[in-house]
Amino acid sequence: MSASAVHSLWTTAAPIEKIDAPTIEYAQLLPTLIVIGAAVVGIGVEAFVGRKARYYVQMFVTVVALVAAFAAVIGLAAGGHASTEAQIVAMGAIAVDGPALFLQGTILLTGLVAVFTFAERRLDPQAHGNQVDSFTAQAASVPGSDGEKAAIKAGFTTTEVFPLALFAIGGMLVFPAANDLLTLFIALEVFSLPLYLLCALARRKRLMSQESAVKYFLLGAFSSAFLLFGIALVYGYAGTVSYAGIADVVDGTVQNIDPALADTMGNDALLLVGGAMLLMGLLFKVGAVPFHMWTPDVYQGAPTPVTGFMAAATKVAAFGALLRLLYVVLPGLRWDWRPVMWGVAIVTMLLGAIVAITQTDIKRLLAYSSIAHAGFILAGVIAATPDGISSVLFYLGAYSFVTVGAFAVVTLVRDAGGEATHLSKWAGLGRRSPLVAAVFAVFLLAFAGIPLTSGFSGKFAVFKAAAEGGAGALVVIGVISSAIAAFFYIRVIVLMFFSEPKPEGPTVAVPSPLTMTAIGVGVAVTLVLGVAPQYFLDLAGQAGVFVR
Amino acid sequence: MSPVNYLYLAALLFAIGSTGVLIRRNAIVVFMCIELMLNACNLALVTFSRMHGNLDGQIIAFFTMVVAAAEVVVGLAIIVSLFRSRHSASVDDASLMKL
Repeated sequence: MSASAVHSLWTTAAPIEKIDAPTIEYAQLLPTLIVIGAAVVGIGVEAFVGRKARYYVQMFVTVVALVAAFAAVIGLAAGGHASTEAQIVAMGAIAVDGPALFLQGTILLTGLVAVFTFAERRLDPQAHGNQVDSFTAQAASVPGSDGEKAAIKAGFTTTEVFPLALFAIGGMLVFPAANDLLTLFIALEVFSLPLYLLCALARRKRLMSQESAVKYFLLGAFSSAFLLFGIALVYGYAGTVSYAGIADVVDGTVQNIDPALADTMGNDALLLVGGAMLLMGLLFKVGAVPFHMWTPDVYQGAPTPVTGFMAAATKVAAFGALLRLLYVVLPGLRWDWRPVMWGVAIVTMLLGAIVAITQTDIKRLLAYSSIAHAGFILAGVIAATPDGISSVLFYLGAYSFVTVGAFAVVTLVRDAGGEATHLSKWAGLGRRSPLVAAVFAVFLLAFAGIPLTSGFSGKFAVFKAAAEGGAGALVVIGVISSAIAAFFYIRVIVLMFFSEPKPEGPTVAVPSPLTMTAIGVGVAVTLVLGVAPQYFLDLAGQAGVFVR
Repeated sequence: MSPVNYLYLAALLFAIGSTGVLIRRNAIVVFMCIELMLNACNLALVTFSRMHGNLDGQIIAFFTMVVAAAEVVVGLAIIVSLFRSRHSASVDDASLMKL
């Protein structure tokens, strides 16, 4: 195309062509629309509802929205949108198919359980007669200042966490369903920005909380800049940002190449560098080595309910997007990305498991454990078979509930300074409160992948898929690092049950039904998926087909 | 002039930005370097848009500007709150959680 012809694109003098209004399939987008809509309502609540009533109104709006959105996902799946009716909606921006609906359902349920832990108000001792939650009285006040004391005395609470969580969940719902690179980038930012803020809002240990937010923000923005440059390069390669369009150019099956594009389209250097940068951005979000450096600090510093939410839901959303990118956009590049992902999976599994052994803080330990789990899930991603997709879906579903439950238990063990996260303080917990210790032991066994827990079914599924997909060596390394990981999980269990409690050890707070529900759901899912996983494996198997 | 030169410029700006993120110590400067990287992405997108003769890249550039603005709001809020409690915006000072 000559320069003047290109120029005429935006300086047309001819009669204005009619632009067709886009068609949006609102029914298929209902889950996302409900959640985002409720988040906007939540902002209105912040502005117009009195301080005392806000907590209850926000709680109500959030729970109703998440339940309604989950019902909408079930409705779509029951209507066949997960299988036969799977289609691409919103002018090619969003895919409504099996993996998208399965992951959206998982994210919504995990989000609901996590919101229960956000709303918990019985753990911290009352401040000036007001029940307080895990979030700071006033985020703008300087830690330890008179302003902060005044805010606590006045009984302020940060009820903004509910709309922030809803915005994050809304972005996460779009992320695994995004069907073009622009939607991918916007969804990434929509769920990341609220998470950065949520990290900074802890009531106790505020300096650490702010520090974790700064680290997460700077590194997150850094990685999303890489993602965006990757998008630019892939767009330069393919001349389009839609997944199917890029996949066609990668496969070389484009029907009608515009002669003007023939020069720039199909430059493999652009594709390889761009694809690598896209993967970098997504691997950062899943916390895979070597993009894992933020994970321990952010998990440790963030308020524990937020950590649980972030650890579970972000991983689900990011792996969903990673699966779609690798299986829909870049299958033609399989021989290039598989060796890279092999390497990433191996170092992620080993480093996560080995470094976790040296940790002395329970939240950091769980952070390194989540890195190791990212490696296990990557093993399923590498399979590049339909079983690979469904096993990853199943693993994500199983893992997310265990994670939220485990972090909910961490919020219960407290001393005068708030949560007692140092491992030495957990010594003898099993003698002091056997129930809490037993529940935590169940979660740790699930993380370790012991039979009769969901962790075993999940690990078995991904390793089986990886072995059948020709990644046998990867499975061997996966099993070895599972064994290493089992060592430190069992060590915590031994510490809880077989050592003497210290005289001034932490106490276990009695939570309200909210946290009890979160932990109960976690235990129930862990055991059900461990003892009778077949129904859910079948469900994930049916859901494991992407629409293109 | 060949539009490819703008791609080289974009890559250069991106490299300068990412180097800045890695070597600078002030959180605000690090953040400015990230903004530079986003703008390098915009330049690349607009150039590719010109080369391909379609408008997708320009549309993405608009979205990127909005995202960058939203990121500034969130980022400055977090950095300012850190500065107010520590009287320093150095990313090296914020090391409470080192192993």
